[in-house]
Amino acid sequence: MSVQTILITLFALLIFSFFIGRKRSIAVSTPVGKTGGRRNLHSRPHYYGYMVAIWAGIPALLILALWTSFNSSIISSLTVSGLSDSLQSQSKDAIGLMMNEVKNLAESGNIAAESDPVLRNAASHYQRLQGISTLAKTVIVLVVSLLGMLIGWRLISPKMRARNKVETVVRWAMILCSSIAILATVGIVFSVLFESVHFFKAVPPSDFLFGTTWSPQTALREDQVGSSGSFGAIPLFVGTLLISAIALIIAVPLGLMSAIYLSEYAGKRFRSVAKPVLEILAGIPTVVYGFFAALTVAPFIRHWGEAIGLSVASESALAAGLVMGIMIIPFVSSLSDDVLSAVPQSMRDASYGMGATKSETIRQVIIPAALPGIVGGVLLAASRAIGETMIVVMAAGLSAKLTINPLEAVTTVTVQIVTILTGDQEFDSPKTLAAFALALGLFVITLLLNYVALHIIRKYREQYE
Amino acid sequence: MTELKPDIEKRSEFDIEINGTVGKPFVDNPKMSSRNCDVFYGDKQAIFDVNLDIANNEIIAMIGPSGCGKSTYLRVLNRMNDTIPICKVTGEHTLDGEDIYGKKQDPVLLRARVGMVFQKPNPFPKSIYDNVAYGARLHGLASNRSELDDVVESSLIKAGLFKEVKDDLNKPGTGLSGGQQQRLCIARAIAVDPEVILMDEPTSALDPIATALIEELMDELKENYTIAIVTHSMQQAARVSQRTAYFHLGKLVEVNETDKVFTNPEHQLTENYITGRFG
Repeated sequence: MSVQTILITLFALLIFSFFIGRKRSIAVSTPVGKTGGRRNLHSRPHYYGYMVAIWAGIPALLILALWTSFNSSIISSLTVSGLSDSLQSQSKDAIGLMMNEVKNLAESGNIAAESDPVLRNAASHYQRLQGISTLAKTVIVLVVSLLGMLIGWRLISPKMRARNKVETVVRWAMILCSSIAILATVGIVFSVLFESVHFFKAVPPSDFLFGTTWSPQTALREDQVGSSGSFGAIPLFVGTLLISAIALIIAVPLGLMSAIYLSEYAGKRFRSVAKPVLEILAGIPTVVYGFFAALTVAPFIRHWGEAIGLSVASESALAAGLVMGIMIIPFVSSLSDDVLSAVPQSMRDASYGMGATKSETIRQVIIPAALPGIVGGVLLAASRAIGETMIVVMAAGLSAKLTINPLEAVTTVTVQIVTILTGDQEFDSPKTLAAFALALGLFVITLLLNYVALHIIRKYREQYE
Repeated sequence: MTELKPDIEKRSEFDIEINGTVGKPFVDNPKMSSRNCDVFYGDKQAIFDVNLDIANNEIIAMIGPSGCGKSTYLRVLNRMNDTIPICKVTGEHTLDGEDIYGKKQDPVLLRARVGMVFQKPNPFPKSIYDNVAYGARLHGLASNRSELDDVVESSLIKAGLFKEVKDDLNKPGTGLSGGQQQRLCIARAIAVDPEVILMDEPTSALDPIATALIEELMDELKENYTIAIVTHSMQQAARVSQRTAYFHLGKLVEVNETDKVFTNPEHQLTENYITGRFG
């Protein structure tokens, strides 16, 4: 049977074990009166059902998973050991190549068509082993499942604490889920870290951190001219900060004001329409913002700038920042709206009751009370702006110029990572590895930002509780 | 089984008719007064034709079972119901003869003259000093820091809280105990120098000792302010007030001197309520 069929059969067995478990628990309990109630059963009957299903399912699934993951390597090595000694003494790569041919042949189902007798023999050997393995797997998994079901079924007695057992299993399942998320994060951080270490072996960290020229083109040949490669990351980080700052200057006032309007002034019906519409802004794909920025906003800014006698690059930090600011408005407005609305009515009543106007109440009571949440929203928006790529690729350009003039073209960390890693690249040159160092830099900045945010929130929490 | 059923027939308060208010709802030269007051929440009428005067420097208690409209009526007097969009108030309401629902009246200025203390202590998440200074700052009652200090100090003294907090004025008001918080809210209301203070069950969240402190405080405050208090405790009404108004199902049933209400009520419903037959 294939893995899918085994899984479906297992699933059917699980459902069956749930029902027999539940039925048995009712059978072993003492009925009360005519209503069908049960006494002296430790847990409710369905817990016994779950318990039997767990016994039938978990060991069998574990075996299935282990078998499937080790199956192919074991069969390959068995096939190799069936080959003649002269073939086995080949290099690893040659054996791997040959095994691939053998596998393809075995799976094509037409072994007889192969001319090489060695390959033919190996392929049929492989096919035989595969057949045995599949049969053994099916039998073992199903037998283990049935055995588990029997054990679970036998365990059922009125004093059995089935609920506690089921809850323990569920708790472990939840721990497993959360640790997968944590492990994925840790894995990503470490892979970035290790590749960065490789990079810093080629380029000294001081050059990377304090250098002011970024031109990652390295020489492919010894005698190539003009592409020495210099990896000063300052222009990139300055570009990132410049664009993020422009975006925040747009998004924070607009977002905060609209949040205040929505939570304090707008009617219920208007709010129920306007809030989701505002949140749609966050749902528009960033590439759409990107061509909006490049095709509409950037020419507009250029036109307007030239009209008042400024020289504006056709790709400018201002265009990217403006559009990015629009994009992150919902992060500020939606979160701020939630926290502003969460300020208790008693605070407003207290303020109104003393003759405060609405605006005095908002400025002096509601916003201070909601400040931790507002700061959280702004920092979320900031992280989003720092990590944003698409808009900047399309609207801000690729030239790594060290400038804080928003009318010039700049580039950002994320854009450089994209340009470095797109296309065919060898993964041991400083040029490609630089992407990981840049990623590490971004990661550290975002981490610092989060730390500062937590610190600010905690500080105000202390003051406000 | 039958004796366990609630005896609905005996709960006759639903059958007793209320025809206008008995007792003495009117006084000469009232501080505040209401005529033909109706209040609606959407389609639902919460208060029916209430006519009541509140005298200068008196404490008037408003009692009645839950949902009888006494808190709603209290919020009519400083237009706090304006903050509820579906709430509509009709009738004629005056403060010193001025129409408080008139076109010329600014509710913000009215609330500075008619202060309010709420059921649950609701200090702002600010320092004790800033809590008390809040209203004074809003209305520009102090022109410099030392004047503001004086306002804060005198309000805290009047609210009987100064001794306890004088070294902690910069600590958050929310860190005080429940009774202290409520006195802080009273100090905050006094700091605006209102003429009338409305208190909506100010001690229902407090223990008996804190309650006793606040009741003593009210007795002192009556020298300078007019106080209307809504309370669920009949003992409290009897202890602190000069007149008592009994509300029932949105109607004002009886208004009389407190002694009379609690010893010899005129209306059957009032008697039923104060003798604990329902409520």
